[in-house]
Amino acid sequence: MAFISSGYNPAKPMEGRVSDIGPRHFGEYLPPVIKDNFGKWDYHEIIEAGILLHVAQSGDKTYTVRAATARLMTVTHIREICEIADKFCGGFVRFTTRNNLEFQVETEEAAKELKAFLNAQKFEGGSMKFPVGGTGAAVTNIVHTQGWVHCHTPATDASGTVKATMDVVFDDFTNMKLPAPVRISMACCLNMCGAVHCSDIAILGIHRKPPIIDHEYLDNLCEIPLAVAACPTGAVRPTKVEIEGKTYKTVAVKEERCMFCGNCYTMCPSLPLADGEGDGIAIMVGGKISNRITKPAFSKVVVPFVPNEPPRWPTLTKVIKKILDTYAAEANKYERLGDWANRIGWERFFEKCDLPFSEHLIDDFRDPAYYTWRQTTQFKW
Amino acid sequence: MAKHKTPLLDQLESGPWPSFVSDIKQEAASRAKNEKGLDYQIPVDCPEDLLGVLEMSYTDGETHWKHGGIVGVFGYGGGVIGRYCDQPEMFPGVAHFHTIRVAQPNGKWYSTKLLGDLMDIWELRGSGLTNMHGATGDIVFLGTSTPQLEEIFFELTHNLDIDLGGSGSNLRTPAACMGMSRCEYACYDSQELCYNLTMEYQDELHRPAFPYKFKFKFDACPNGCVAAIARSDLSFIGTWKDDIKVNQEAVAAYVGGEFPPNAGAHADRDWGPFDIQKEVVDLCPSKCISYEDGKLTIDNKECVRCMHCINTMPRALKVGDERGCSILCGAKAPILDGPQMGSLLVPFMEVNKDDDYQSIKDLIENVWDWWMEEGKNRERVGETMKRLGMAALVHAAGVPFDARQVQEPRHNPYIFWKADDVKGGWDRDINDFRKRHQR
Repeated sequence: MAFISSGYNPAKPMEGRVSDIGPRHFGEYLPPVIKDNFGKWDYHEIIEAGILLHVAQSGDKTYTVRAATARLMTVTHIREICEIADKFCGGFVRFTTRNNLEFQVETEEAAKELKAFLNAQKFEGGSMKFPVGGTGAAVTNIVHTQGWVHCHTPATDASGTVKATMDVVFDDFTNMKLPAPVRISMACCLNMCGAVHCSDIAILGIHRKPPIIDHEYLDNLCEIPLAVAACPTGAVRPTKVEIEGKTYKTVAVKEERCMFCGNCYTMCPSLPLADGEGDGIAIMVGGKISNRITKPAFSKVVVPFVPNEPPRWPTLTKVIKKILDTYAAEANKYERLGDWANRIGWERFFEKCDLPFSEHLIDDFRDPAYYTWRQTTQFKW
Repeated sequence: MAKHKTPLLDQLESGPWPSFVSDIKQEAASRAKNEKGLDYQIPVDCPEDLLGVLEMSYTDGETHWKHGGIVGVFGYGGGVIGRYCDQPEMFPGVAHFHTIRVAQPNGKWYSTKLLGDLMDIWELRGSGLTNMHGATGDIVFLGTSTPQLEEIFFELTHNLDIDLGGSGSNLRTPAACMGMSRCEYACYDSQELCYNLTMEYQDELHRPAFPYKFKFKFDACPNGCVAAIARSDLSFIGTWKDDIKVNQEAVAAYVGGEFPPNAGAHADRDWGPFDIQKEVVDLCPSKCISYEDGKLTIDNKECVRCMHCINTMPRALKVGDERGCSILCGAKAPILDGPQMGSLLVPFMEVNKDDDYQSIKDLIENVWDWWMEEGKNRERVGETMKRLGMAALVHAAGVPFDARQVQEPRHNPYIFWKADDVKGGWDRDINDFRKRHQR
């Protein structure tokens, strides 16, 4: 491995440095039909699952074929995407806000041919490289995070839980038979990078044990006041401890006030809390971000804990499948999962989805918790 | 022959959904074969060691990345997420495994030339693994060593004209829905506004100067395809002020069954024939639509522009012509104070490219001036709003107070007044009071 210079001169680091140039302008990468009809679209139709038609005021048409990705992908895979885009789409391709791929073609026949081609591509292990779907009233790709692949604060894995879940709900990716779109999201800790707090169904990594305190190193590695200020429940305070006759400045954690959010570890490397047995997943439901009919809503916790069961997380995927199938069978057309649960009442949601209700699901975080309790005699037996 | 045994990860190669394990394995094989004869600048077996360390995490249920990591490029305070494996002897290929955030074109449109050029850099100087894309929008180059950071940055800026994205307490990489490029609902050019503001605020993006992170997102209509209302501190959401345009012939075509409702989004299940009363009129949240004698009427004054009727009959109903955006402020995830969605700050703002979006920039800078002064360390603007009050934000933003800024008025009477607003002020003498009221 011989070092190959790019031209950068480490002896004169600021010489010839280019900065603050931002992204390339999107206009450079629009397919001709998109560029010609920019801002002049008339209407669209979903021809079949995974294939969209957009018709411009000029009468021009473009067909879009949408295919899944794993989001975590390799140079080799991206080069394969490029080969497909070169062969079928004049060298253009785009990614969606949920990490699917979209290819533009000119005719319905070409779109169906491309769909068949994409659906035929497989990895060596047997999974599909580019399954087509994710349009209309379907489950589309799962917005997710880094997990054990790259992050230091996760309570579960992202790529694995997502693959396990999408395999179980795959039929709803390639079909449009739900009452409304179902957005599933995943975050590996409650920093909630991504969309967990606003999704129809959400997978959230959680801890259940307070941090372990590395007293002998803490003061050297952490700004103690930042660790104290990082705690939402005021469980962390500065203190001193004596270990083998030596006094160390450190912190104390009031364990009964700690709800294991991990934010003190984010601020202080001497407060790790990951634990193979303690960590797992909470399941949330009922969030949405669109303003269609009802207002945007937060997802709510309906399962406080399922254990981490790598590599396929069977308990997690079973619960998600049950919620999804119950919603699909019972909700009205256009009704998002949260709108359905609100209409039938959450007591009925738990009954129908066969989920136990426990004390962990009752909000106890500061003043707003009160507004989640039931100040009415209206309830169902 | 794989370097590490991965019996657990191997189980994620089956099933229909694209397997990240299979993909990483094919990259590992490609690097081992090295048909192009590249002189890889980080260990050739980096993807193999990533699978190895991930398998270890699958076995013990805990992450194996050390806490934090501070690396970057000269001139910038962010853009690279440093990461080091906590078992570097066992997995030397990922001893360094830093992520580089690369600024993406808005709407995530690409030519294969651009993607190919990016991959050429990354194949030589990185792991060959990516995220397409990070949740904020960046192209994510996943895994390289510290000495390669400046080399990659040099190649990106000099050869591809592309910059890094944001990380840290600064303006993060803005993102937009695909907007006017392929959607008839777009009320403004979300991609162009996103690009313009990204360029305008490059300094704020690359050099952290804020109390905490700050994000922009741009949705061209209230459907929220980039989720601005939930995932950006300032959310720009397209809307209109005049009437929804109704094409009665097209309405008749929906009623007659010639056009599929919701553009065919429910086609794979039999929901019965389209019932305009049940599916549109009765579901309107304002109940401002009526359908009588074959004619659809909308009382636009009462419409809240939720998009439902337009989404359901896209060929018959169109957004109005007097277009702009609403601006909402304060969305964030739960840490520290609980999750927030954006709260409406400006009901309607023109999106005017001709004056370089000056009114939008004025508003942004007003909000920043206030929050940069008042915001505490690691306090998102949404939390500053909660601590100091929505009214403080409205004052700072320099916009009028408006009943649209609340869902409902307060129900407690704990109302602050300023001394100047009260006749006689607050300076009072107890002796004067006692002249009227004995002890």
